[in-house]
Amino acid sequence: MARTLINVPRKAKRGEVIAIKTLISHIMETGFRYGSVGVRIPRDIIDTFVCTYNGEEIFRATLYPAIAANPFITFHTVATESGTIAFRWTGDKGFSATASANITVE
Amino acid sequence: MARNIPSSFRDGGTTRRRFLAAAGGAGMALIVRPSQATPAAMTLAIRRVVGEAEVKPGKVKLALPPLVENGNTVAMSVSVDSPMTPTDYVKAIHVFTEKNPQPNIISVQLGPRAGRAEIATRIRLADTQQVVAICELSDGSFWSDRRDVIITLGACLEDLI
Repeated sequence: MARTLINVPRKAKRGEVIAIKTLISHIMETGFRYGSVGVRIPRDIIDTFVCTYNGEEIFRATLYPAIAANPFITFHTVATESGTIAFRWTGDKGFSATASANITVE
Repeated sequence: MARNIPSSFRDGGTTRRRFLAAAGGAGMALIVRPSQATPAAMTLAIRRVVGEAEVKPGKVKLALPPLVENGNTVAMSVSVDSPMTPTDYVKAIHVFTEKNPQPNIISVQLGPRAGRAEIATRIRLADTQQVVAICELSDGSFWSDRRDVIITLGACLEDLI
């Protein structure tokens, strides 16, 4: 399981715009590099990142090999209700990782 | 180091390593060319996203350092000037490059629930080039911003040590 690091504020006021920062460890091998014997190294990237807020999708990103290793993605959302913000990364070679954070909205 | 060779030589040329690899498979293409997107490929990739719509400059702000030492991680942020209400919001943000092996960098789907149309990530840039950010608003219009970036050490095409 890839290591993930999530930064979501623990508490927020209703209607407040909060910043969400996510980081996941992954080599993001581009598929354009050659190994020591001149053979192309196959692509191995995360291609999809989805964030859901209490089950509803609020953010989706399609990643390409031009995203640096250990993809770091920052985005925003409106704190509407208390609950769970869940994250899912999927990619090549059946890669899949999840993480979640709880938020209390007052 | 490959990076000391002018890119015009590196792109079309054959290193000893690649030549031997290619010669090993007799009858196959002799030169293994690293693929490279061109401004034309970028235009095509943009057309694939926007279709026939006109892309106007403005509204989007693409933030990139003008001079980058290491193209393997370049901090990039894109923000769009939008009220993000249910009737007027940013639907998507796309970022493209001219000279990476592939023209796409990232595509992001947003909605009114984003509250603020602003994203940040870290990207790879293979060469000194122009980066283009395009946003799609809820009314179907497209807006763009461009930045020129100078790269000292390029990403993607470096050989492994």
